[in-house]
Amino acid sequence: MNSQEQLDNHLREIIQWHFSPETGCPFWLEWMSKNFDPRKVIKTIEDVKKFPHFEDEWLRDLQPEVWIPAAYKGRPFNIFETGGTTGMPKQRIGWEDYKTDYSEFSEKISDEHFPRGGAWLMMGPTGPRRLRLAIEHLANVRGSSCYFIDLDPRFVKKLITNKQFDVAKQYMEHVADQAAIILKNRKVSGLFTTPKLLEALSEKVDIYASGIRGVFCGGTTMLPQYVRFIVEEVLENRIGFYPTYGNTLMGLAASVPLTPEDKYSITYYAPQPRAVLRVVNPEKTEDTVEYDTWGRVELTTMTKEFFMPRFLERDEALRRKPRAPYTWDGVAEVRPFGAMENKIVEGVY
Amino acid sequence: MSLPHLPALRKGKPYESLDKTEVKDHRTGEILATVSQVGAGILRKDLSRIGEARDDLRKFTVEQLIAISAKAGDLFLNAELTFGDQGHLQTPQQYTETLSRTSGLPHVMVKRNMAKIADALFNMRTVLNGLTRGLDMSIIDIGYGEQAGCPVSYYPTTNALGLVMPSNSPAVNSLWLPAIALKTPVIIKPGREEPWTPYRLIQAFIAAGAPASAFGFYPTDHEGSGEVMKTCGRALIFGDANTVAQYKDNPKFECHGPGFSKVLIGEDEIERWPEFIDVIAGSIADNGGRSCINASAVVVAKYGREIAEALAKKLGPITPLPSDDPNAKLSGFANVKMAEFIDSAIESGLKEPGAEDVTAKYRQGSRKTELGGGVYMQPTIVRCDSFKHTMSNREYLCPYASVVEVPQSEMLEQIGPSLVVTAITKDKKFIDQLLESPLIERLNIGPISTMKISWNQPHEGNMFEFLYKRRSIDFA
Repeated sequence: MNSQEQLDNHLREIIQWHFSPETGCPFWLEWMSKNFDPRKVIKTIEDVKKFPHFEDEWLRDLQPEVWIPAAYKGRPFNIFETGGTTGMPKQRIGWEDYKTDYSEFSEKISDEHFPRGGAWLMMGPTGPRRLRLAIEHLANVRGSSCYFIDLDPRFVKKLITNKQFDVAKQYMEHVADQAAIILKNRKVSGLFTTPKLLEALSEKVDIYASGIRGVFCGGTTMLPQYVRFIVEEVLENRIGFYPTYGNTLMGLAASVPLTPEDKYSITYYAPQPRAVLRVVNPEKTEDTVEYDTWGRVELTTMTKEFFMPRFLERDEALRRKPRAPYTWDGVAEVRPFGAMENKIVEGVY
Repeated sequence: MSLPHLPALRKGKPYESLDKTEVKDHRTGEILATVSQVGAGILRKDLSRIGEARDDLRKFTVEQLIAISAKAGDLFLNAELTFGDQGHLQTPQQYTETLSRTSGLPHVMVKRNMAKIADALFNMRTVLNGLTRGLDMSIIDIGYGEQAGCPVSYYPTTNALGLVMPSNSPAVNSLWLPAIALKTPVIIKPGREEPWTPYRLIQAFIAAGAPASAFGFYPTDHEGSGEVMKTCGRALIFGDANTVAQYKDNPKFECHGPGFSKVLIGEDEIERWPEFIDVIAGSIADNGGRSCINASAVVVAKYGREIAEALAKKLGPITPLPSDDPNAKLSGFANVKMAEFIDSAIESGLKEPGAEDVTAKYRQGSRKTELGGGVYMQPTIVRCDSFKHTMSNREYLCPYASVVEVPQSEMLEQIGPSLVVTAITKDKKFIDQLLESPLIERLNIGPISTMKISWNQPHEGNMFEFLYKRRSIDFA
């Protein structure tokens, strides 16, 4: 079975699950009563376009219980919130999805860079985010433990919006200082952080000398020149670099190792079949843009815990061709949607 | 041959970034070169080790660096120099043409600016003599010595001089030139439309024997510019009044904002005003009216209407000419929005009662005009009833001046801070008042153009005092 057939099979299974009264959640069952029965019309991934775009207000305004699949009823769940949002955040509930995503990701990172049993340090957004548990799970899967330094991206976003750049800088220093203390006093070999914090940390400690051999990075825009700077000058071409694109709603899209031909342009591949990324024409979102063309990122998440069709991310990216080991499209040079036209507040996350 | 590419220079070493901008002909949009852009992280990285670059300069004596500067001046003016990293060379004529095409300056003005820069390099000894008031330069080499019978010791205030350069006038580059002879590496963020002059100067210095490591050329974004300002121990700031206001009380920064330079005619000389019209018109319009030392106000004891009329009659008919025309007097605007902004600011100011655009009747067409796809601002002389009028003390990147009648006894109370004042008077009492005034940075007594500067007298800040501080010293 090829990946397309696998994806379609998975889709049909998920549709059956979420739109059947025995297993589905109140939200989708009610939606079905007012719209159509997806079990009859959604057969292939192309058919997903028959759904309207998933509205993020649904994750803000509705109580989390509406998303509990009947089959999970009675099981306590985790409530995860999205990254740097201010105001009422989007919330996604879950049970095991993050473990599935990060166990799979563990197979994509090398033992040379993240030695099994070697401690990890996470310097980034913890709090109500999925990432905190996910990183700890990733470390645990590899027989390791993890230290944590928190960063509150919502506070940073407020500071930057209010033009309190000095305070934002102080806060970043405060976060990096704490990480530097851990690195000076504990043996750590794997690091998760955001690119900006990684840079700030490198100004305080010699990252390689402190024992770090692999860096798993995610969060903000990483354009090719910036990636090159991180690889060549911050990590000095001797620490493994694993950029990822992900969020609470999708999970984790890993990148393929960079080759010289990539010129530091990173392409990410969604964790299909659990999530599918499409780069769409923002004016006509049914249309997927041509390869190597910019478009808005559309996410469809399909697990038994959560179904979210056609969610328009606040990101834009280049659509890229499949590349081994992935047999589906990738997204590259992800940046905030409209970044070329508007100034977007990204902060350090 | 391929398009020229200007790399960043990281302590003199070319660095080709994956991020490049295009520099275009301001009229046709033709791409003339690409320029590598670097981020703030690279600047921080390099600046953390800038002490090494200073060590490289310290291997030379000031005397040797003065000789290198003079040789660099000759090369800058006459030689074919490295132009980017794609094997291109640049002749002085190509430099003139390229700069003209991107900045809008006509060739004749580029050449004048070039000569001014080269002069600063040729006269580096005179410049340093003026800045240090005759200090024996070996004292800088050794760190201490004796001057006028007193022990003196100077120490550097910084390991690098940061520069966030404007695009409007190449001659501003002459401001940083003494830093090299004073053994201070430069970290230059070039203006977006004018990377040419700093790049050519750097190549001239290197060809003349200066250590390449002393030169940082970092085309960068807003964050990177901030890093240059913040991380270099000393930095020059160029910008409008608002930008400069943020930095003016901080000793780390030397600010170069609007000059609000002026010509004053005292009561004793006012009857002779027609004799001074040429000097005043030159003060307003030379170099396309783009310099901070261009006069932006003419303050006279009487005959305001007549003087404004005479200036308007002389400057009003000036129209744009092709950039290679030796009679060209106006600069094009690489940034068309800037011309639009200036034009609308003048128009809106004129709506306030008490001001008249006297040039309007002498001008061909509208103030903002076009020639061959380029946008130009034709001269504007505004007669204002008093200094209370909005338009009386304005400075724009084009030939613009107000003419205001003020009794001599009130002039100094009203003119406000002025980079250059040319005071046409022989009145001893008035001259004494002018000499006492803290508002004037450079004072010309008599009919001297505000555009005239002296190499042995700094007119805005003192680079030596900026880069070195005196300490008390004793040896057992």
